[in-house]
Amino acid sequence: MAKKESNLRNMIFSLTLIVLVASAALAGVYVITKPSIDGQQVAKTQEAIKAVLPGFSGKTERVAIKLPNDADSVFVNLAYQDGELFGGAVQTYTDKAFKSYFSLMVGFDAAGNILETEVIKMEETPGLGDKIDKSKSNFSEQFVKMCPANNEFNLKVKKDGGTVDAITAATISSRAYCDAVNRAAEAFDIVTKKGANNE
Amino acid sequence: MSKVRILTKGLLKENPTLVLILGMCPSLAVTTSAMNGLGMGLATTFVLLMSNLLISSLKNFIPDSVRIPAFIVIIATFVSIVDLLMQSYLPALSDSLGLFIKLIVVNCIVLGRAEAFASKNSVFDSMLDGLGMGLGFTLSLTLIGIIRELLGSGAIFGHTLISGDGILIFVLAPGAFIVLGFLIALVRYLQRKKN
Repeated sequence: MAKKESNLRNMIFSLTLIVLVASAALAGVYVITKPSIDGQQVAKTQEAIKAVLPGFSGKTERVAIKLPNDADSVFVNLAYQDGELFGGAVQTYTDKAFKSYFSLMVGFDAAGNILETEVIKMEETPGLGDKIDKSKSNFSEQFVKMCPANNEFNLKVKKDGGTVDAITAATISSRAYCDAVNRAAEAFDIVTKKGANNE
Repeated sequence: MSKVRILTKGLLKENPTLVLILGMCPSLAVTTSAMNGLGMGLATTFVLLMSNLLISSLKNFIPDSVRIPAFIVIIATFVSIVDLLMQSYLPALSDSLGLFIKLIVVNCIVLGRAEAFASKNSVFDSMLDGLGMGLGFTLSLTLIGIIRELLGSGAIFGHTLISGDGILIFVLAPGAFIVLGFLIALVRYLQRKKN
């Protein structure tokens, strides 16, 4: 086949055809991969809920709440066992992270004490900020069993006058972690109080 | 040029990262660990192979004046396919590479091979060229990743060898430049010695 001449008709024809085939191929791959990608997100969230609510097995009830001055919603997964409130897993986020954003799951018992925290998604610097992840350092352990409503545990890094030991050379990530946990605590507080008022 | 030469020239003699100094952005940005380097390299290899294959088979169909937009559409399609497949089957790797997979679209190695090789050569030769260049890119990215991970975190492919904090600068951006610089110097030295 001889090389096509660069006239208007040929140019429009070949580009249109390439774009059509490309979009068809992309649509196909998108349809094939979508269920698997969505499923992974759901599975990840379910796993995180399980991880932050030790001792709880059962279904959770999801409530979305948007705190004043916040850009995004926080999701509170309320866990009821035998008709009573066991606690809740709060899917929270921070926009103050080193790479701007990460999301956590924070588990609370019915009294508002932190049970566990778990990183859902983050892009912090490997070797520095990624130590917020449980597998990389014990940073997140200091939140366990703490009660953000209690004044003894001030949910801020020590540099800001709080109780939390920041990760060396990753103060921004540590601060962001506190920010996310605080947001979770506030949301959990509001949701559980609202529930109590309704009864 | 023999078929073997076309395939192997990308590995060392015309290694895209260490000799041609192309594709510096992903080479510096994602190589914080060996796994990231390997994943990025293989994703780019797939895109290179497929785009070279398609572009060389369409070279007579695409008029010269619109070849760049046509190449970009073809490359972008394969990049999006890789991105979706990775999100679907390798979610952990896709999370850690993040935006850089999408940025393969503007990786100058891919467009460079399309323009310099695939649009002028036969389909089979172009596939060999894409594969060779891709593997050369993978090799150098993995190498940078291994060195940075070993010095910075005391681990290789996530297996901790030395516990402790490691030399932090190798995890950060300056470490990438240092390692890349030394590797380029090493390749230059070896080439000079050979000549």
